[in-house]
Amino acid sequence: MEKNYIFVCGGIGCRALESEQLKKNLQREIILRGLSDEVQLVTTGCFGFCEKGPLVKILPDNTFYVQVTPEDAGELVYEHFVMKRKVERLLYLHPETQQRVTEAKDMDFYKKQYRIALRNCGIIDPENIEEYIARDGYAALGKCLTEMTPEMVIETIRKSGLRGRGGGGFPTGLKWEITRKSAATPKYVVCNADEGDPGAFMDRSLLEGDPHSIIEAMIICGYSIGADRGLVYIRAEYPLAIKRLQKALQQAEDAGLLGKDILGTKFNFNIELRFGAGAFVCGEETALIHSMEGCRGEPTFKPPFPSVEGYLGKPTNVNNVETFANIPVIINKGAEWFSSIGTEKSKGTKVFALAGKINNVGLIEVPMGTTLREIIFDIGGGIKDGKKFKAVQTGGPSGGCLGEQHLDTPIDYDNLIEAGSMMGSGGMIVLDEDDCMVSIAKFYLEFTLHESCGKCAPCRIGNKRLHELLDKITKGEGVKDDLKKLKALGTVIKETSLCGLGQSSPNPILSTMNTFYDEYKAHVFDKKCPSKQCKDLIHFTIIEDNCTGCTLCFRNCPVNAITGEKGKVHEIHQEQCIKCGICFSKCKFDAILVE
Amino acid sequence: MERIKSVSDLKKIRQLSGLNSHAASQPASKDPVVIKVAMATCGIASGAKETYDYFVEELGRRHINATVSQTGCMSYCYAEPTVEVTIPGQDPVVFGHVNSAKAQEIIDRYISQHELVDGIIPASYKTV
Repeated sequence: MEKNYIFVCGGIGCRALESEQLKKNLQREIILRGLSDEVQLVTTGCFGFCEKGPLVKILPDNTFYVQVTPEDAGELVYEHFVMKRKVERLLYLHPETQQRVTEAKDMDFYKKQYRIALRNCGIIDPENIEEYIARDGYAALGKCLTEMTPEMVIETIRKSGLRGRGGGGFPTGLKWEITRKSAATPKYVVCNADEGDPGAFMDRSLLEGDPHSIIEAMIICGYSIGADRGLVYIRAEYPLAIKRLQKALQQAEDAGLLGKDILGTKFNFNIELRFGAGAFVCGEETALIHSMEGCRGEPTFKPPFPSVEGYLGKPTNVNNVETFANIPVIINKGAEWFSSIGTEKSKGTKVFALAGKINNVGLIEVPMGTTLREIIFDIGGGIKDGKKFKAVQTGGPSGGCLGEQHLDTPIDYDNLIEAGSMMGSGGMIVLDEDDCMVSIAKFYLEFTLHESCGKCAPCRIGNKRLHELLDKITKGEGVKDDLKKLKALGTVIKETSLCGLGQSSPNPILSTMNTFYDEYKAHVFDKKCPSKQCKDLIHFTIIEDNCTGCTLCFRNCPVNAITGEKGKVHEIHQEQCIKCGICFSKCKFDAILVE
Repeated sequence: MERIKSVSDLKKIRQLSGLNSHAASQPASKDPVVIKVAMATCGIASGAKETYDYFVEELGRRHINATVSQTGCMSYCYAEPTVEVTIPGQDPVVFGHVNSAKAQEIIDRYISQHELVDGIIPASYKTV
């Protein structure tokens, strides 16, 4: 007889809703009903549907129960395993049809992720070309070279609605078309793998997990725009991605899928690697091209766009890794299929690197139009340690912070810009109530300050001044005028900088000022940091009524700033205190006050 | 691998590898258990290499018919190292936090006795 399994979600979201107790009760009921040999309990990881937790899935019949409380255990075991009936009231109520989902084949409703770009990641061996071919690899290339003209390929990409996944969101098909129409030759295909946003790692994962999909897409692009050379600009900090890409290139060449006379069609295409030294600005396409030419990685004014005048002055099509990863699927499944996914103006899916104060840190891919709430509270499993959500930072140093009011905004290129942030390459850093928004803005500004190439004055000097202002504010030396200056200077830098780095560098400040102005005001006017992060604005004192004189705090104080005797109220000496917070975390009696 | 000279060559290779894959064929007792270890940079950093070596060594020692291979990121950063196990004729199962102790439990109970164990990560996505 086949064994039955009860999967009980052990994700943190479900655990907060007593899934541990539920598991105990289920175990008791199984024993009570004498089912120990037939039914086994298994604790699983998160299902990504925390809003309906605790979740229970039963195998092999694939029944999915939602919001199962510990009190439901008896009924569930009796009905499902003794009476062999589904417990109707615990089945998911489909919001649209208002019907309970009973059929095993419909049990996928809880899956909010859709993997297109990541389709092979974690499934195939990236160092084995045959595994890629087995999953329709190079089929799109074959189709393009033998059944489609370059114009037809471009038309398919254009119709699919695919937009650049590197952050800007420029329509990919249009870019290919412009490059094709540029008269000069030779032309080049460039893959931008200079992933630099703090917290973003989707391009690395793609190159390490599915390098052939990028190679295939670059050849397709070369065929479409009329190029026979491709270059991948990849940062040297990604040694494994480089190694796997090199191996894949060699395999593709040996197999006759790259190089001369590809698939017997007389079409030639070669790909070389170019290693970046890890400058953030080199993700900007003109700077990237200069770096590849052996010049300083500095941006130049656009137009002329690289599609017209790029690498070595010739038409160059630059696309991001994730953009390329979508191409073979679009060719295989058609433009209409792709454009049926997503929102009106943003089609397909987007990969996000979910990080920060979130339970399920990970790489996710969701259809455009998914809300932040679904990403953070379902797929992400909610905020760590049961803390309160404060904001999510999207778009890296060029993006901004979205607060609670944006949780239900469907994510696409345009909505994010409207909300004061941007898609960026897909880093998503979740912040909780303990994060100080002024400090966060300062952190990102420090990053751009460090990465600015120094070519144009607004970025080089303006950001330095912005940073000084923020530093002043976090030290409690801010004055009313500083807030005005921040806004005015930020706006000027945005309008006058040469490249995307400068044009977007004030975004973290402007967006946090927009959404969290109260925090800025608290720092400037009350000289207080509401999240208690800015060391110059907080001090630790002992609450005399709570202190038991246990000596734990002063034994742990690294600078001996606490004195006292056993059994007597201790004292913190402010002039010595370095505000490390150790006493606060060590105290067992809530006797340390931070204000 | 031989040079692929035409689209029909490519199709042949795909079909051949399709026949060899376990999902498509009827399970035969000689088919190996397939173990894939997620080995992107981040997986390796959390110990995937040790897990990989452990599987290779232990399965060899016990003469269990299995192939161990590497794969890219399975995207569950919070549960690295992650491992996918496919018993012939069954759906693949992903396990999280697989250190040597967990690997041993997987071999003892899941691979040897086909009994599911704690720590399964449910597939929370659809794909093309």
